[in-house]
Amino acid sequence: MSLWLVLAVNSVTLGGLLFLLSAGFSLIFGLMRIPNLTHGSFFMLGGYFAASLIEWGLGFWPAALVSGLLVAALGGVVERLVLRRLAGAELAQVLVTLGLSFMIADVCLKVWTGDPVRIDTPRGLQGVTTVGSFAFPTYRLAISLVAVGFAAALWLLMDRTRLGAMIRAGVDDPDMARVAGIRVSRLFTIVFCLGAWLAGFAGVIGGPILSVYPGLDQEMLPLALVVVILGGSGSLLGSLVGSFVVGFLYNFGQAMFPELAYVVLFLPMLLVLVVRPQGLFGRTAV
Amino acid sequence: MSLISRRSFLAGSTVLAAGAVARPTGARAQSKPVRIGLLTVKTGPLAAGGIQMEQGTTRFFKDRNYTLAGRKVELVVGDTGGNPAGTKTKTQELVEREHVDMIFGPLAAFELLAITDYTAQAKVPVLSLAAAEDMTQRRPNPYFIRASATSSQNMHPLADYAAKELKFKTVITIADDFAFGHEQMAGFQRVFEDAGGRVVKKLWPPLTTPDYTPYLAQISGVDALVQGFAGSNPLKFMKQYRDQGLKLPVLGGGPACDDALLKSYGDEAVGLISCSAYTGDLDTPSNKRLIDGMVRDYGNIPGLYSAGLYINGQVAEAALEKTGGKTDDREAFNRALRAVSLTDTPRGPFTFDHFGNVVGSFYIRRCERKGDKLVNTTIKTYPKVSQFWTYDEKWFLAQPVYSRDYPPLKG
Amino acid sequence: MRRLALAAALAVLAALPLWAGGTFYINIGSQILLYAVFALGINILVGYAGLVSLGHAGLLGIAAYTAARLLNGGHGHLVAVALALALTLAAAALFATLALRGSGSGIGFVMITLAIGQIVWGVAYRWISITNGDNGISIGARPSPLGLSLASPAHFYWATLVVFLAALGSVAILVASPFGASLRGTRDQPRRMAALGYHVWMIRFLAFLLSGLWSGVAGLLFLYYNQFVSPQAVALTASAEALLMVISGGSGTLLGPVVGAALVVVMKNVASAYIERWNFVLGAIFVAIVVFMPEGLVPGAARLWRRAILQWTPRPSVAASGERPAR
Repeated sequence: MSLWLVLAVNSVTLGGLLFLLSAGFSLIFGLMRIPNLTHGSFFMLGGYFAASLIEWGLGFWPAALVSGLLVAALGGVVERLVLRRLAGAELAQVLVTLGLSFMIADVCLKVWTGDPVRIDTPRGLQGVTTVGSFAFPTYRLAISLVAVGFAAALWLLMDRTRLGAMIRAGVDDPDMARVAGIRVSRLFTIVFCLGAWLAGFAGVIGGPILSVYPGLDQEMLPLALVVVILGGSGSLLGSLVGSFVVGFLYNFGQAMFPELAYVVLFLPMLLVLVVRPQGLFGRTAV
Repeated sequence: MSLISRRSFLAGSTVLAAGAVARPTGARAQSKPVRIGLLTVKTGPLAAGGIQMEQGTTRFFKDRNYTLAGRKVELVVGDTGGNPAGTKTKTQELVEREHVDMIFGPLAAFELLAITDYTAQAKVPVLSLAAAEDMTQRRPNPYFIRASATSSQNMHPLADYAAKELKFKTVITIADDFAFGHEQMAGFQRVFEDAGGRVVKKLWPPLTTPDYTPYLAQISGVDALVQGFAGSNPLKFMKQYRDQGLKLPVLGGGPACDDALLKSYGDEAVGLISCSAYTGDLDTPSNKRLIDGMVRDYGNIPGLYSAGLYINGQVAEAALEKTGGKTDDREAFNRALRAVSLTDTPRGPFTFDHFGNVVGSFYIRRCERKGDKLVNTTIKTYPKVSQFWTYDEKWFLAQPVYSRDYPPLKG
Repeated sequence: MRRLALAAALAVLAALPLWAGGTFYINIGSQILLYAVFALGINILVGYAGLVSLGHAGLLGIAAYTAARLLNGGHGHLVAVALALALTLAAAALFATLALRGSGSGIGFVMITLAIGQIVWGVAYRWISITNGDNGISIGARPSPLGLSLASPAHFYWATLVVFLAALGSVAILVASPFGASLRGTRDQPRRMAALGYHVWMIRFLAFLLSGLWSGVAGLLFLYYNQFVSPQAVALTASAEALLMVISGGSGTLLGPVVGAALVVVMKNVASAYIERWNFVLGAIFVAIVVFMPEGLVPGAARLWRRAILQWTPRPSVAASGERPAR
């Protein structure tokens, strides 16, 4: 009984981290129609930047924000210099993000070497919180709150601001949006930077749990992919629901069918792609 | 309409031909220097171990001024990419193009398995750290020398210590779900259960698992946890273990608390008891030299990987001294390698059994905090441990190889 | 003239074991050819059908693993090869059915093939009783068709050359055939093709089967070359590299995949000996090609060559009508 409770709670907390990771991916995929295969690299890079910043004396939360900014800057450069040249050629854009992920991974290996890099859990959130006879890691509970906070902030952005309205318009129908006078290419840059910031920030938030090491990018990218496919691209609600679904699939699947670890994640993704390509809440078919 | 326009055809074949012809003129293999190939992983997730392997090798040859038994040494480093097909190609390059006399490495068992038939056929001695059991048991390669350990070689003494001195009765094991993890835990299980203990459950998270919580939630009701993670996973696991609030004592294999990993660990490693072929607090002159040199050159203390390659260097040196520096007679050189017996090494005294696997000391260490650093302190030494522990060799080989389901769980 | 060039190229390729300078380079040649077969197969889908697959390494793996299991189970090479190809075709049919659902092309196709590839990899990795997990499966000796043992690098190279030429020839025939024309039609104008009465789904399905067949052949070559197969052969990076070969050389051309295969194989195996950060360089080359030469090396080089010829060919200064010719 307690096993299921721990798994259920962890599904929620893991879902929180996955939401931070995949919200950016979903926005980019929904607006720009490209699965950004550099997203895992952004996540890893954020973790590495923060580890160095913390070593130089910055606190955890400031380091998280600054790392996000550094990764966003990189994302902006990539979008302006490379992706924009390939506007319209979605396939080429996908392939370029793949090539870039090789490059970023190798640079990280050179700079931070191959040893795993530790990020300490921020003080105050260390240890466990006991509820009755159950103990849950405090930091993970905190992640869920952070995720919910960001979900709310992003929802406000999308629903209550002009920028959000433009983004939604761009997701629904980019051509009509252009006709209506929206500078769609500038929107692309903003969204790509925002997505990169979220990925980098998520990498720092995940750092105390996962640490940072070569190969982290390849581990996290498929998870983001599955979340967005299941939940639907371009939809925040889809990312949120998708994150929790994947969190549940991950926890209960690993516990009950450890031999089928990858199948448990990718089979639902495959089924969704075949049966309902726009995902649970997506507006545009993939 | 032509299928291939002449222009594109010419352009295409020019590129193709240019690629094939534009190979460099490598240094012709001279008969004088000893050529040693190093197969390591410098890119990708296994790079941490691979980089340390190269550091240990370089350290050794610098110590010897790149001269062994009066002959100059030329080191050729090949990056396998952690990929069996890449390892095969690199090995072919070392053997056919670079004409190496011996090969140090590779790192991973699956890399070694991809090249073992080829190197045996080419009669090139391979000195590797890869722990795959059957390489020196049921499918032995006569040109293979392993100075480190089989997967289970250090787990047998650990199980002995756990049962007899720590008096544990029940354990749960958890390790990466691949051959190295399977063989480690199987070795622990056999000795532990023969000493009266019982392995209650065996958990196998996939090699790339970001979150261990589904497994951590199943750990309770036993005296201790035995973990066999490798690479960066021990760090991830121990942190999540402590964060989950679990307090059972933890026993680990060699890579689980490797000395080189200590700089990345935090308080979650304190109290971890591991058994390894190498320990930094072993007081031999060569170990001191190795540690000082590594700290000076690379800013980190050595672990299994760098020490293992340093020791390979010593083995090669001893064999060369025995053959008077000659490597042309492959069989004689190989025999000399297997006959090596050393005392002053970073891992202490050792010899090789007739399969080419090491018989040497294994150290039980506990991780402690000394000031602001973590150290592994040796609490017991098991000397002259072979890959068969105290079992009869014939009996051991007659059993199935250690695997995920062998030995089976009791009841 | 073209026949002469073709014959010359053939002679050069056939004589490679003589001029390559050592068994290592002959082996590189074999690798280039076997990956070229793989790339040619993928190009049927990517270049001529306009469907990008990120899961074709799965088909290569299915062929290799099936043959490996059968060979180790005591069956002969002929049986192993035949059954492996049959199973790969069946798998290709299944994958095609799944991938051609929904929109049937574009990013959806990429994602579905990606998911399928990951599932095959997951099975190869975890279903240890069948695939031996990450330890992989080793096979004994290479076959000896018609009594000629393929154990030596030169013999294996020639056998691979024969298979490669068969693949190249079959793709060339496909491209020139009416089926090839209708395939390109479904790539460029699927709706118009459907309106004209072509069964677009069936055309794409058959193309997938054909590309699956050649992927299977490449899988067998892979197995015989390495005498070993492991889950790494079906990982995402394997499919991505194959795609890189096709795109960098030039999708939709006949020789593009071959050039691309040569580029990637040489980079990975030869250049890595001289460039320490070759992974970075490989990624950079990939990005550079996609950005500056999106049509690939072969058409890009041809374009530059044509331009150079135009620059240097003398032109009449005054046209017949007395006006200066336009630049």
